[in-house]
Amino acid sequence: MKIGVLALQGDFAEHLAVLSRLGASAREVRLPEDLQGLDGLIIPGGESTTIGKLATDYKLIEPLREFGKTKPIWGTCAGAIFLSKDARRDQPLLGLMDITVARNAFGRQVESFIADLDISVLKDSDKSNPPLRAVFIRAPLIEKVSGNAKALVMLPDGRIVAAEEGTLLATSFHPELTRDDRFHRYFLKKVEKK
Amino acid sequence: MEQQTGTFELKKGLAQMLKGGVIMDVVNAEHAKIAEEAGAVAVMALERVPADIRADGGVARMSDPGLIEEIMEAVSIPVMAKVRIGHFVEAQILESLGVDYVDESEVLTPADEAHHINKHDFKIPFVCGCRNLGEALRRIGEGAAMIRTKGEAGTGDVVEAVRHARSVLGEIRRLQNLPDEELMAFSKEIQAPYALVKETKELGRLPVVNFAAGGLATPADAALMMQLGVDGVFVGSGIFKSGDPAKRATAIVKATTHFNNPKILAEVSRNLGEPMVGRQVTDIPKEDLIAQRGW
Repeated sequence: MKIGVLALQGDFAEHLAVLSRLGASAREVRLPEDLQGLDGLIIPGGESTTIGKLATDYKLIEPLREFGKTKPIWGTCAGAIFLSKDARRDQPLLGLMDITVARNAFGRQVESFIADLDISVLKDSDKSNPPLRAVFIRAPLIEKVSGNAKALVMLPDGRIVAAEEGTLLATSFHPELTRDDRFHRYFLKKVEKK
Repeated sequence: MEQQTGTFELKKGLAQMLKGGVIMDVVNAEHAKIAEEAGAVAVMALERVPADIRADGGVARMSDPGLIEEIMEAVSIPVMAKVRIGHFVEAQILESLGVDYVDESEVLTPADEAHHINKHDFKIPFVCGCRNLGEALRRIGEGAAMIRTKGEAGTGDVVEAVRHARSVLGEIRRLQNLPDEELMAFSKEIQAPYALVKETKELGRLPVVNFAAGGLATPADAALMMQLGVDGVFVGSGIFKSGDPAKRATAIVKATTHFNNPKILAEVSRNLGEPMVGRQVTDIPKEDLIAQRGW
């Protein structure tokens, strides 16, 4: 099993570090040929406009769409925006997930926050399932899930911050910035099942 | 809802999202849009690029809040702005505007020749310049959540950026080989807080994101700094003082991503038009060097 991390821009090294701690084999993806032989892909946090532009210029959009049709992809923050069908703004998107996201939905950096989230839905082997300390940085919000997409994790006020559609996963926060690797293990299980 | 804001983790976290990217100096909304369009991860809003500050002389201060707000309105990416070293009131003003990052910058005329701003006092994050590991860790000790090596701003000469990056990264390599009992003497030697020296040794890198700045003017310059081991680059005068800013900006963004791919670097370096007119650092009198500001 081999995981790719899209390394056009953003905190891809942080994702690679978690994967390596979990003993998963992983590599950086910058060009279409780097996707060969991968079983799953993580799109990291970063600036979605930068990632979208570089993906377009280096002809990654179509190969990523094809990849996502059969293999698991997980996007964190900018990655979640990139996976969406609609970011209510003109910028390159993969359109793989039937979700509408609003960029910088909570405001600028001053409004960035950390919140405890109930993630018992992940049904981790760890039975106690303590809340996840989630880091939101100029974060997007998943405003709407439609079609086969479903809401996975919500803020206490009900707003959606993680969604799932088959083997695709989107989170508006950054599990890679914490020591809590439950989301990474959840994603690796998805890849294993495939 | 139980929420924390303004923590060091969040300040540092935004810089982590900028990694592998290019932060561009812009002097108006039109430039900011060109930068965003070219793939910049953030823009630095200022009234004059460093090359002009150098040429004009006089006192360089924080930019007009109206100009900064105009730039914040124009783009969806993070907006940074500069304050003078030690000028905590300029920083309070920028915080009230809601800029995403404050650069306590040697490019502006220092307001305090002994003390930097106590950056822990603020909810917004700060980036600071450094020439060596000691200076970097002193700034982090004061609360900087991101570091950039200084280089020599406004020159288009990359030599100082290389010197400062090699100095920081080289000292970290040296530190990693020291036994723990030598860390206190090392801290004393480089004039840095012991706890941060210890943390840097354990991490094998600076505890915060480290970009290169000061004198980068070409895609090859950006890739050079990335290969030396920095996390991303600032480009100031190099873009908007060149013949074709949009094209050069795009090329530098691509070079920063594909820094290890000489074929792509060759391709993006083609037909970029006139680079900024450079000024060799060795031709500048010592007392006019910007990088020596900061304590």
